[in-house]
Amino acid sequence: MAAKPYGLIATFDTTPAVYHAAEKVRDAGYKNWDCITPFPIHGLDKAMGVKRSHVPKFSLLGGIIGFTAGMSLIYWSSAIDYPLIVGGKPYFSPLFAFPVSYELTILFTAFATIIGMFVLNRLPMHYHPVLKSSKILSGMDDKFHIVVEASDPKFNLAHTKALLEQAGGKDIQELEA
Amino acid sequence: MAAHAHSTAAQPAILNEVNPTPFPRATLVENNRSFGWVTDKICGIIEGKTPTWWWVCFILACFVASFTVAGITYLVAAGVGVWGHANPVNWAWDIVNFVFWIGIGHAGTLISAILCLLRQKWRTSINRAAEAMTIFAVVCAGIFPVFHVGRVWFAWYLFPIPNSNEIWQNYRSPLEWDVFAVSTYGTVSVLFWYVGLLPDLAVLRDRFFVAGKKVRSFLYGLFAMGWRGSNRHWSNYEMAYLILAGVSTPLVLSVHTIVSFDFAVSLLPGWHTTIFPPYFVAGAIFSGFGMVLTLMLPLRAIYGMQDLITQYHIDCMCKIVLATGTIVGYAYGMEFFIAWYGANPNEGFAFINRAFGHYAWAYWIMISCNVITPQFFWFKKVRENTALVWILSIFVNVGMWFERFVIIVTSLARDFLPSSWGYYSPSIVEIFTFFGTFGVFSVLFLLFIRFLPVMPMAEIKSVMPAADPHGDGVIGHGDPDLAHSKLH
Repeated sequence: MAAKPYGLIATFDTTPAVYHAAEKVRDAGYKNWDCITPFPIHGLDKAMGVKRSHVPKFSLLGGIIGFTAGMSLIYWSSAIDYPLIVGGKPYFSPLFAFPVSYELTILFTAFATIIGMFVLNRLPMHYHPVLKSSKILSGMDDKFHIVVEASDPKFNLAHTKALLEQAGGKDIQELEA
Repeated sequence: MAAHAHSTAAQPAILNEVNPTPFPRATLVENNRSFGWVTDKICGIIEGKTPTWWWVCFILACFVASFTVAGITYLVAAGVGVWGHANPVNWAWDIVNFVFWIGIGHAGTLISAILCLLRQKWRTSINRAAEAMTIFAVVCAGIFPVFHVGRVWFAWYLFPIPNSNEIWQNYRSPLEWDVFAVSTYGTVSVLFWYVGLLPDLAVLRDRFFVAGKKVRSFLYGLFAMGWRGSNRHWSNYEMAYLILAGVSTPLVLSVHTIVSFDFAVSLLPGWHTTIFPPYFVAGAIFSGFGMVLTLMLPLRAIYGMQDLITQYHIDCMCKIVLATGTIVGYAYGMEFFIAWYGANPNEGFAFINRAFGHYAWAYWIMISCNVITPQFFWFKKVRENTALVWILSIFVNVGMWFERFVIIVTSLARDFLPSSWGYYSPSIVEIFTFFGTFGVFSVLFLLFIRFLPVMPMAEIKSVMPAADPHGDGVIGHGDPDLAHSKLH
């Protein structure tokens, strides 16, 4: 095993326990740490000091691109590339172009949102020290874990372990890098 | 709560903050089940041996699906003449079936998106299967417009690619809008479904890994993208989920609106009405919830999921069927009123003809199934009788198919000139093709319940009382079976 572990992992049995422990780790000033939970816990972002997600920026960009793409496709193809009079209607009108542009806005927003979520989460990442731990099974099921990474400037094996213990963490283990 | 009680005397006249009245909420997971129970229950379906009934149903469904394959093969080989279409009825079962299946899909998106925005927590246990239903219904719906073009090898011309004369699609046509609406709807539904599946696939990955089934673990893991339940991930995930719900809501409303434009933008009496968009959307949700009940009630019985799909869930769904069915009934009445009030003789004739003409039998089937059937759901006794609810849900499905038949065929069969009047009957090829789509749908749905988690585990867990970080966090208190094994 490498000399330096990836970090420490502590187990908590209940939602309130991990919530309050997260507040303590946050207040101790740690930055590179995480909670492993089987479901999103309401308010845990605040307890961890996680800032609001940046996913909406991707979505907005996707939506703007989608709407512009729809309008320009219809304008270019019906008014510039091959103008054709159908039913005495104008070559282009934003009104008849709207339904298609509206659908493309939604389509591009959806793709951008999902791409944004994956990019911000740095997924897919099929290898991760947490996934190698035997605790991941319970972490996906009914237990809650806090992982403090060794890369954190405040990380100190003994002190961090003491903090996690004091916060109520059980079965604290070192994570193999 | 206790803290509030003994501090009442000290409270000032003006409160700093107003605490909401504690309002009793319905239990969403009954019998105080634990998180672990939810995981075991839902994963158990996939991990267990394939049940015999599954094989029986699967083979039967494949057999039924072969009717669609046969019908379409014959159609492509011989041409659309093998269908019963003839002037003046050039749209019939193909479009009826398309609108029928697309409408069914709408309940899935309503449950996953609109109820998510409205914070209806009861959606959690039914949304995965309902979204699957949406996707498979869109697949069945897509068959019809693609093949009704006749020469299916030209179907690519629906998409924005210029043809060999460099002519582009006509974007003034609602039919072209429909192409974009339906393909966006299908794509976004799949994306939304996949995002919901992500954490649950990770659960299966780890469970199969521990069980020593490396191949299955690898396959689930591949699609789980290395999900590890990190809260920093959940933060982005929840935001993405919320935005997807936010864009799916206008999407689902726009899809059936645009489907209704296929008719409403024309000049045909009986089609050219402004009530169509809201009336079609309500009808779609009505038929979709009918189908959700048709599918979920047997699933609940077979897998013993009464603790997850509770009587409360059934009540909620029945009430939505009642509400949307009543809206649909109102729309039928209003169409008649406007036909009379508008004083257009063609419009008036179209509606009198619907109710009392050659297709009156279809009209009255529609009225009895769509207007009368849901009214039974006013009664608690009916809603609590699962078998009866299931039977009524079948009537809803039948009624909504007839609604589209009545709208499409009666208006076309009586053209403006009596010399071009006709009567449409389907050919055996159309009947086979439509019958087969139930097989296609069932095949896909059976594969879904066999290989994917039928309920979103993470979402169910997050609405259980023990998920509240400010509660006592105790799981399973009050249940003697669980008291010994669980916490505290």
